[in-house]
Amino acid sequence: MAELRNGPHQDIMRSPLGRARGLGPARAGSAHWWAQRLTSLALVPLSLWFLISAIGLEGATRADMHAWLGHPLPMAAAIALVVATFYHLQLGIQVVIEDYVHQDALRMASVLALKGLCFLIAVACIISIVGLGF
Amino acid sequence: MRDVRDALMVARNSDGKLVSRPLSPHLQVYRWPLSMMLSISHRATGVGLSVGALLLAWWLIAAAVSDSAFATVQGFLGSWFGVLLLLGWSASLLFHLCTGLRHLVWDAGFGFDPPWYERSGWAAVVAAAAAALLVWIIGFVVW
Repeated sequence: MAELRNGPHQDIMRSPLGRARGLGPARAGSAHWWAQRLTSLALVPLSLWFLISAIGLEGATRADMHAWLGHPLPMAAAIALVVATFYHLQLGIQVVIEDYVHQDALRMASVLALKGLCFLIAVACIISIVGLGF
Repeated sequence: MRDVRDALMVARNSDGKLVSRPLSPHLQVYRWPLSMMLSISHRATGVGLSVGALLLAWWLIAAAVSDSAFATVQGFLGSWFGVLLLLGWSASLLFHLCTGLRHLVWDAGFGFDPPWYERSGWAAVVAAAAAALLVWIIGFVVW
């Protein structure tokens, strides 16, 4: 009997459907997937634009930064870049945390901390961009 | 009663014996095909790019704060360690972008036959390497 308890065994007598119920995403399962794809699509042009801009800003001064962000279009692109980057980053790291952190409370705490941090940093970046541009 | 999810990890094998389901991916057991290597490096570069995003945040916020704060960031980015980070960041960005485009093609429902994912995998690696080299050369010329 002891051998049976220690090896792989089933001690929950429920149907496969009954076992799976309540563990799923409650109809919100595709939201994360869609958000990750849409932000990735947005980041294709935005990150390439930023890569090219960043090369031009090597050794830039604050005056150069002001000149770069001082027009509505680059400012909008920079804000869109920050929003898409931190949203996409949060979704991606969340999956990594969910894959590797197995303790429920710690996983929940890590994901919530990640969301809060990403939101705060993104807001700080947007305020900086607006401040630099004006 | 243990965690209810443990119940989902127990199944019967073909002999009718109860066994624990194997957990995937079996990094120690499989040889490393290209698709597996690209999958894990897509994730690794994603995590690396998240650190790069913190660098971007520091750069933007410092520029908004003061001349001395911005001079500190620009000094750090111009140091050998900063340049190394920027080289890694740009290469990671281009690699993650190329392998990411491949994922988007799969998400659209195409490219599941082995010859395609083998060829597109190599195409992503070559495109990312060529683009990174180009960006590095332009970056050093401008500098």
